[in-house]
Amino acid sequence: MSLRRFVVRRALSVVPVLFGVSVITFGLFHLTPGDPVSQLVALNPDVSAAEEARLRERWGLSGPVWRQYLAWLSNVLVGDFGRELRTGRAVSGILWRRLPETIVLGVFGWAFAIAIAIPAGIYAAVNKGRLGDVAARVLALSGVSIPNFWLGLLLILVLSLYLGLFPVLPPSRLPLYHPETLRYLLLPGVTIGTAAAASVTRVMRTSMAEELNEEYVTAARARGLPERTVVFKHVLRNSLVSVVTLAATLTAGIVAGSVVVESVFNWPGLGSEFVRAIDRREVNVVMAITLVTAVAVVLANLLADVLYAVLDPRIRYD
Amino acid sequence: MTAVLEVEDLTVRFYTEEGVVTAVDGLSYRIEAGETFGVVGESGAGKSVAALSVLGLIDSPGRIEGGEVRFEGEDLLSMDESELRSVRGDEVGTVFQDARAALNPVYTVGEQIAETIEHHLGYPPSAARDRAIRLLDRVGIADAETRYSDYPHEFSGGMCQRAAIAMALSCDPELIVADEPTTALDVTVEARILDLLAELADEFDVAVQLVTHDLGVIAGTCDRAMVMYAGEAVETAPIEELYYDPKHPYTAGLMSAIPRVGDDDDRLPTIPGTMPDPIDPPPGCRFHPRCPFAEEACTRTDPALVDPETGEAATLDDDRAAACLEYTEGLSGGLDYSVEVAGGTGEHVEKTIDERDEGGPDE
Ligand code: SF4
Repeated sequence: MSLRRFVVRRALSVVPVLFGVSVITFGLFHLTPGDPVSQLVALNPDVSAAEEARLRERWGLSGPVWRQYLAWLSNVLVGDFGRELRTGRAVSGILWRRLPETIVLGVFGWAFAIAIAIPAGIYAAVNKGRLGDVAARVLALSGVSIPNFWLGLLLILVLSLYLGLFPVLPPSRLPLYHPETLRYLLLPGVTIGTAAAASVTRVMRTSMAEELNEEYVTAARARGLPERTVVFKHVLRNSLVSVVTLAATLTAGIVAGSVVVESVFNWPGLGSEFVRAIDRREVNVVMAITLVTAVAVVLANLLADVLYAVLDPRIRYD
Repeated sequence: MTAVLEVEDLTVRFYTEEGVVTAVDGLSYRIEAGETFGVVGESGAGKSVAALSVLGLIDSPGRIEGGEVRFEGEDLLSMDESELRSVRGDEVGTVFQDARAALNPVYTVGEQIAETIEHHLGYPPSAARDRAIRLLDRVGIADAETRYSDYPHEFSGGMCQRAAIAMALSCDPELIVADEPTTALDVTVEARILDLLAELADEFDVAVQLVTHDLGVIAGTCDRAMVMYAGEAVETAPIEELYYDPKHPYTAGLMSAIPRVGDDDDRLPTIPGTMPDPIDPPPGCRFHPRCPFAEEACTRTDPALVDPETGEAATLDDDRAAACLEYTEGLSGGLDYSVEVAGGTGEHVEKTIDERDEGGPDE
C-alpha cells in the first residue's frame, strides 16, 4: 500500500471516532443532573414554570435528548457553539481567542520536550551504563515524578520571585507573535513540557539501546559505515518509531496538563477558561472546550499514525 | 600463492558476570587469495567470534586480548577505527546468518547496497544505484530494477541472503566473511545460495571464509577447512584429506555424524557429551572428556597443533595440522578409527535444482 493510500484510509477511519467523541461530549453534559436553567432558577424563586420552559427553549435544552444533540451538532459543524449563558457572548469567539494561546503553549512544550529528550536519550543509550547515562536516567525519573503544578510553582518561586529572571504576571496581552511573549512562554512551556521530556528520554534511551543490539547495526558497522551514520541514520529512525507511539499518548497528557499549568501561570488559553467555565456552569463553553480538546487528541493520534508509517514501511502493510 | 588473511595467535575473551570466557584461544590460520576456507565447529566453538574479531566487530564485554590479524600484510588489530572502517565493507565483505535481521527494516534493500557503494567507492547516488541494481541482478534477483525499492520485509529469506551477498560484493572485496550464511534457510534454498556463493567467489576472484557448524556445507564449497573445538583449532586440512583422512579424533567423530543436505534430522553432531564449560575448560586436551581414545596423558598435556607426519609444530604455511598427543608423544593405544563418508564429498548438493528462483514464498 502506498503511503498516500494509507494516510487517506487512516484519515477516513477518524470520522466515526469524531462522531463518537461528539456523542460522548454531548451525552456527558446532558446526562449530568442539574442543567444551567435549574441552577439559575434555584437562585431566583420568582421564576415561573412558563419562564423556565422558555429559557430552556431558547438555550436548546428542551425536547428529547437526541433532538437536542442533532441541533447542537449541526450548529457545531458550522462553527456555532452557542452562547455563554450569563453574558450572551458567542462561545466560538471565546474559542478563537483562546485556542491559539493554548496551541502556542502546547507546541512550545512539545518543542522543549523533543529538543531535550531526543539528544538526551541518544546520548544515554550510546553511553549506556556510564555516568552520563545514569545522570540522564535520574533526571528523567525525577521529571516523570514531579507533578507539573508543583514544578510550575517552584519555577515561579525561584526564577521569578527570588531571582527576578522572568515576569510573574501574565502578558498584559501582547499579541502572541510579539517576541516579548517568548519570555512569558518560557516558564509555563517548560513546566508543561518537562513530563513529556522525561518520558520521551526514557523511551528514547530504551528503544535506542535495544536497537543498538540489533544485527543490522553490526551489519552496518561491518559495511564500514561511520558510527554517526550508524547511529543517526540507521538506529535513530528505528528508535523513533516507539517515541512516536508514545508521543500520541503524551499529547493527551500535555492537553490535560495545560488546564493546570494555565491556571498556575494565569495563561489566557483554553485550560484556564475551562476552569472558569466549570466554576460558572457555562455548559456551552465547557462542552466546546471538551470537544475541541478531544478532537485535538484524535488528530494528534492520526498524525502519530501517519508519522509512524512514514518512519516504518512495515506499518503500511497492516 | 599469497595469503589475503593471516591470523596469528588470536585470543578473544569475554568478561561476563559468571567469569572470564576465553572464546578464542591462540587461533592461527591463513586464507589464500581466491580460496574458500571453511571454519567448522559446534556452536560455542568460537568460530563466529573469531570471524567477527577479524573485523574488529566484537563488542564489550568481549575483548581481543592478543595476536595479529594481517589482511594483505597489514595488521588490522593495530589499526584505528577509521582505518579499520575503510577495510570493512570495502575490502572485506560480510554475510551474516540471518540476512533479514542484517538489513535495516526501514530502508530499502537497494538503498542499503547503494549506501555502501557511495561510502567506499565515492560514487554519486545515481551511479551507486545502477551498480546496486546490476549486483542485485547478478545474484539472481529477478526484476532487480523494481526490487531495488523493496523493503527487506518484502523479500523472502533466500532473496535477503542474495541481497546480502550482493552487498558483500558491492565494493569488489578481496575477502568475504560468511558467518553461517545458510543456517537460517531451508535446505533447497541453502543449496542454491551455496552454489551462488561459490560461483560468485570464482567470478569475482574473492576469497571466502565460510563459517559453519555443518560439515555438509563445507564439503561442497571449500578448498581447505579448519575444525575448531572449544576456542582452538584442532585440525586444518585440504578438504579431501579432511574427509577421507581426518587426523583428529574430533574431526573423525564429526564425520561419522555428518548430516547430508536433504536430511531434516537433527543436524547436530552426535559425538556423545557436550562442549566443555568455556569458563572452566578441562585441563590437558580440551576434547578428552569426550574423546574415545583419551588416555591419562591427555588429561595433563594440552596438545599443540603439529604437522601429523613429522610431529613438528605447525606453522601458518602448513596445509595439514592436527592437535592430538598421538602426533607428538604417541598414545599407547594409538588412534584407531576408520572413516566412511557416504556419497563422498561435493555431491551432497542437490544439483537438480538449478533454475533461478523468482522469490517464491518458500524462499
Ligand atoms: S590428545 Fe588425547 S584426548 Fe585429545 S584428541 Fe588426542 S587422544 Fe583425544
